[in-house]
Amino acid sequence: MLTKRIIPCLDIKDGRTVKGVNFVNIRDAGDPVELGSLYARQGADELVFLDISATNEERKTFASLVKDIARHINIPFTVGGGISSVADVAPLLEAGADKVSINSAAVRNPQLIDDLSRAFGAQCIVLAIDARKIDNQWTVHTHGGKIATDKKLLSWAKEGQERGAGEILFTSMDHDGTKEGFAIDPLSKLNAMLDIPVIASGGAGLKEHFIDAFVLGKADAALAASIFHFGQVKIPELKTYLKERNIAMRA
Amino acid sequence: MKLVIIKYNAGNIQSVSFALERLGVDFAITDSPEEIAKADKVIFPGVGEASTTMAYLRNKGLDRVITSLKQPVLGICLGMQLMCTFSEENSTDCLGIFQETVKRFLPQGDMKVPHMGWNNLTLSNGWLDNAIESQYAYFVHSYYVPVNPHTSAITEYIKPFSAAMHKDNFYAVQFHPEKSAQAGELVLKSFLAL
Repeated sequence: MLTKRIIPCLDIKDGRTVKGVNFVNIRDAGDPVELGSLYARQGADELVFLDISATNEERKTFASLVKDIARHINIPFTVGGGISSVADVAPLLEAGADKVSINSAAVRNPQLIDDLSRAFGAQCIVLAIDARKIDNQWTVHTHGGKIATDKKLLSWAKEGQERGAGEILFTSMDHDGTKEGFAIDPLSKLNAMLDIPVIASGGAGLKEHFIDAFVLGKADAALAASIFHFGQVKIPELKTYLKERNIAMRA
Repeated sequence: MKLVIIKYNAGNIQSVSFALERLGVDFAITDSPEEIAKADKVIFPGVGEASTTMAYLRNKGLDRVITSLKQPVLGICLGMQLMCTFSEENSTDCLGIFQETVKRFLPQGDMKVPHMGWNNLTLSNGWLDNAIESQYAYFVHSYYVPVNPHTSAITEYIKPFSAAMHKDNFYAVQFHPEKSAQAGELVLKSFLAL
């Protein structure tokens, strides 16, 4: 049976993990390879490495980092941040990344999804969508959530699927950082509408929240960052907990 | 033992190389027909689209090289699909080692396409380690090979399909051993031990 996926997300700046905190079993939580390896050993199903570097200069270190990650980590991983062309993606996949996520550049130029999907296959194109509820409408935002667009979550996700995205990563900005649970209502609507997998993101605080994302939200995967980084929820315990509640999990 | 990975426009060559490195195995990556023919074992990786990949292989003459090999050959993901006779992915004639047609998954209810993530296997014949039945392997694919007499492991998604196959010197897996943690290492070790 296909299992639901638990995905820790690591933010990278200038080759280092941001928000890296106290880990007992790790020498350097700021080292993306070490932190990623730890999560892989703990049973993470995939990893996401998001380059939040502001400048192109900082970004140059990312491709070599991706290669280092691929060398040491034996589970699939997605990389994203600042990708805006076929030329940006090729070196990342060649370095050993399994998927790339695109966000602002796809909103600006939706044809990018078609181009990437044709060049590399739908399975490695993740369309990341950041949205927040404005006047009762889930409105797509870009540039790390700073800029509101005229796109709406559901129609943009559908368009992304039609243009060849292989997966949708939906982050509710209203829930991100609150630790009060995922945005279940839009999640369940997305999953009812789409034929491609959906990753839930934003709001994870407790183990129970993952049950809601999978059972009520029908998400295929759930992504979280700080609760894993700060150890509030530990991956082995989370997976045991979900398995005991009949959610299909890789042990 | 001389192990080679066939070099072509497959997306996972780097990842397969790293997986072999982690096992401490020596290998070469090559598209030289002579070097491939001389190897003791050959890995035929694959991530991409069927028709452009087959066109690339034909253009390089690698199609005839692969079908003429007598040593153990391991096809991975698209590599396994291309070992079949025909793929529904852009109606592509493939290598014809396994007399099967590669079909497209149709989404059904909550089950989406691609089949993406970790799934388990039931072994049906011999070359894979039994320990793999208690583990999960990582799949990413929209097309599948139906269960057939050469199926060595079955996975269920929408319908039962071939997760692994074996015929003569040709071995193949639909999932990605290079990304399947311990389960993947077991598969690579089984192939290397043949």
